[in-house]
Amino acid sequence: MLRTIVRKRWKPEKNRARKGVVITLPIQSTKEAVPVMDYLDDLEAHTIYILREAFNRIKPLGMLWSIGKDSTALVWMARKAFFGRVPFPLIQLDTEMELPEVYQYRDEIAAAWDLNLKIEMCPPFEEMDITLPEATRHATRKTMGLSNLIAREKYRGIMVGIRRDEQAMRAKERVFSPRALDGQWDFRDQPPEFWDFYKTDFPDGVHVRIHPLLHWTEIDIWRYFKRENIPVVPLYFARDGKRYRSLGEKNITFPIDSTASNLDEIIAELEITRQPERAGRSMDHDSEDSFEKLRSTGYM
Amino acid sequence: MTTQPERQAQLRLVVVGHVDHGKSTLIGRILHDTNSLPDGKVEELKRISEKRGMPLEWSFVLDSFQAERDQAITIDTTQIWFRTATRDVVIIDAPGHREFLKNMISGAAQADAAILVVDAEEGIREQTRRHAYLLNILGLKQIAVVVNKMDLVGYDPARFQIVSDEIIRYLADIGVSPAAIIPVSARHGDMIAERGENLGWYQGPSLLGKLDDFDRAPAPIDQPLRFPIQDVYKFDERRIIVGRIETGALSVGDQLLFSPHNLLGTVKTIEAWNNPAPVLTATAGQSIGITLEQQIFVERGDIASHDENAPILTNIFRARLFWLGQQPLKLGQSLKLKLGHTETPVSVQAIEKIINTQDLSNETGHEIVRNDVAEVVFRTRGLLALDEYRQIARTGQFVLVDGFETVGGGTISMEDFADQRASLKSKSSNLHGVDHLLTPVLRTQRNGHRGGVIWFTGLSGSGKSTLAMRVEQRLFHKGFQVFVLDGDNVRSGLNSDLGFAPEERTENIRRVGEVAALFAQAGTVCITAFISPYQSDRDRARRAAPDCFYEIYIKADLAVCEGRDPKGLYRKARSGEIKDFTGVSAPYEAPETADLVVDTSSHTIDQCVEMIVGAIEQQLAATLIAEAS
Repeated sequence: MLRTIVRKRWKPEKNRARKGVVITLPIQSTKEAVPVMDYLDDLEAHTIYILREAFNRIKPLGMLWSIGKDSTALVWMARKAFFGRVPFPLIQLDTEMELPEVYQYRDEIAAAWDLNLKIEMCPPFEEMDITLPEATRHATRKTMGLSNLIAREKYRGIMVGIRRDEQAMRAKERVFSPRALDGQWDFRDQPPEFWDFYKTDFPDGVHVRIHPLLHWTEIDIWRYFKRENIPVVPLYFARDGKRYRSLGEKNITFPIDSTASNLDEIIAELEITRQPERAGRSMDHDSEDSFEKLRSTGYM
Repeated sequence: MTTQPERQAQLRLVVVGHVDHGKSTLIGRILHDTNSLPDGKVEELKRISEKRGMPLEWSFVLDSFQAERDQAITIDTTQIWFRTATRDVVIIDAPGHREFLKNMISGAAQADAAILVVDAEEGIREQTRRHAYLLNILGLKQIAVVVNKMDLVGYDPARFQIVSDEIIRYLADIGVSPAAIIPVSARHGDMIAERGENLGWYQGPSLLGKLDDFDRAPAPIDQPLRFPIQDVYKFDERRIIVGRIETGALSVGDQLLFSPHNLLGTVKTIEAWNNPAPVLTATAGQSIGITLEQQIFVERGDIASHDENAPILTNIFRARLFWLGQQPLKLGQSLKLKLGHTETPVSVQAIEKIINTQDLSNETGHEIVRNDVAEVVFRTRGLLALDEYRQIARTGQFVLVDGFETVGGGTISMEDFADQRASLKSKSSNLHGVDHLLTPVLRTQRNGHRGGVIWFTGLSGSGKSTLAMRVEQRLFHKGFQVFVLDGDNVRSGLNSDLGFAPEERTENIRRVGEVAALFAQAGTVCITAFISPYQSDRDRARRAAPDCFYEIYIKADLAVCEGRDPKGLYRKARSGEIKDFTGVSAPYEAPETADLVVDTSSHTIDQCVEMIVGAIEQQLAATLIAEAS
């Protein structure tokens, strides 16, 4: 969605005045016209850059699709990056505990977007470490599912739609984040990463998590859904005074009080809310460091 | 189309400074004062702090690793958002501990602006200086200094003045002028969002007031086009060349030059998915894909530009470098360089300066240790397309990889080095060949041998001139048409306009190569005796006479050559009287695939002459028999 201004040295020092020079013109109206990127274009361009780096440097490559808003936005951007097709498999780590609307949305989108969808069944709850707190133990099913998948399919790269603003542990992530064979994240000694040069050289046995959405915030994602007109799982919209702000499995995720029943209302709600996004995700709150433990052993 | 006011791009703000000067506390305070902490966060912090027997510790907002909380120290960089009326600000917290410098750089390199935190009580310390120095290398221009913990010095204006003077002096020495120096107490909230009661004597802006003046650097649309090629997709009948435009703009119909291979192509389309109208122009910051009118070979690593204002081509450059490797970087060491999307081996040609970021003195040395800053000359085997960092930052910066690890980064300066693009290009394109009536075979039949270029290369003192004259004499008596080109006969006439600057040396060799090729066409055996230290120069000479060029490496150790020193040049080079002397203060690239290697330190002159004459006879006379029969 590029707008166009008449070519003029862009000086955003006085950003408030910048609105004054923006003239909406059809792009082909004048040879002198140059497109100006707005802030969503900027976020999107960076994500596309990362997706293309991953696709070029890391093989074999897969992308996790949780069917939530973030990974769905990421799939949409992958379609842009690769001109309409997604040239790698999308993987859903399934515990058969998602809400029915999620499964319905998954099947519709996968067909409509012609996605190469692979559903990975996660091992049962009973096989999880019994010393873990209850909700963490549920969440660990996905960690194990992912680790089984990587071991079996020999993926070197897994793309995951996490964002830094979701959670403090995720805020410390690198864009290209190496993992040991068992999925362990050595967060105390992460590689340096600067100037958009990513670490793409790894010894055997290491795989890399690629995080193309780290720089987005929750509200950015919703603004992007609106701008791009991407279909939304209806659970995100309020019904009877409740909506899901973050989608997870039905046994460990709870809706919040809200009346936001369309995208504009969600965006308006997020502009003023002081509730953390993952307040409805019980696995984060089992203990002070439960999420740190989850992530360091390979959770997304 | 949205109901909100126009959102501005996020401002990315990094907070740096010495360990324990209060960076994380400052950030916690900013978040609190801007109502950016989620509900329940303050209670959670109180609980976590109490558990560790501490008063409310704001830094725990950011120090999310349990290890960080337990040691009350930031280990890795993190990011957190807050929102002002017009934009989001991303705060990047960077660890102040020396050990975590790689994490500080990872954080700071993403920022548009920086806050440098200094403890009012302690004043500036080791990492204050180092971080300020690195901010400058990383290219950050918007820097606010915060003198924190004013509460601990009784909000004393005199103490503030002393610390301000100290930091201003240091920053001035490295060429940085801070946007503001602000006294604050992060713990009590003075001069952060509110001015507070305790700093009435301070007239400048509060910290948040100052941040409003900072801006996202604008996309560099007005710079020359740089479009580094990230990949080429052939998903269908289209061949789409993709990448992010780093600077400038391109339009459908533009002619693009792809460096370093110097191929030209015309933009046919700018491809876009799910876009209602065709895209005709794309600008800096956009990740795009294009197709070309022509089928030319383009690959990842190429840089597209317009024909004018193309990037520099070189195989040698100087860099300001920060080194993060566990092992020291050594003179002569080879590593992998990543620049744009190019990956290529480089070697450390010279370590010119190791900079002490504390007192800004510098020294030379043979190795650079972890967290050092240095000025280094690097050499690559082939030609690399790049830019001066101060002209185009994105294609003037690089990282170094050793094995699997990223071990450093730097910015490029081409001072004292020539752009080799000029010498690659034929300046007169309007030439038409005239058919010769004599063929090479006729010349060969008369002379009894083919013409050829016998290209000697080697260090000064290796014996090139001596051997050239002896070989010339021997061949002459054997009936060959033969002539030696050397510095004396070339520089006195043809190249009398050339001095010894790098680009002039390159031009000198280029002309010798062209003249030697003409001699060869004329049927003569032309021996050249020049150091010709760069493989790229010799390769160009070979291209001038591609089917009759013989590279002979006159090999002798530097120590042997220096011992001979027939013209006293090494002595002058060692004393600094001659600069950029090959082998001493300038590089020599030994040929990797010479047609003949003659080691003059282990053979007598006569033996060497025999080897060379034998090889020439075999190459140039033997062919005659084949052709004649």
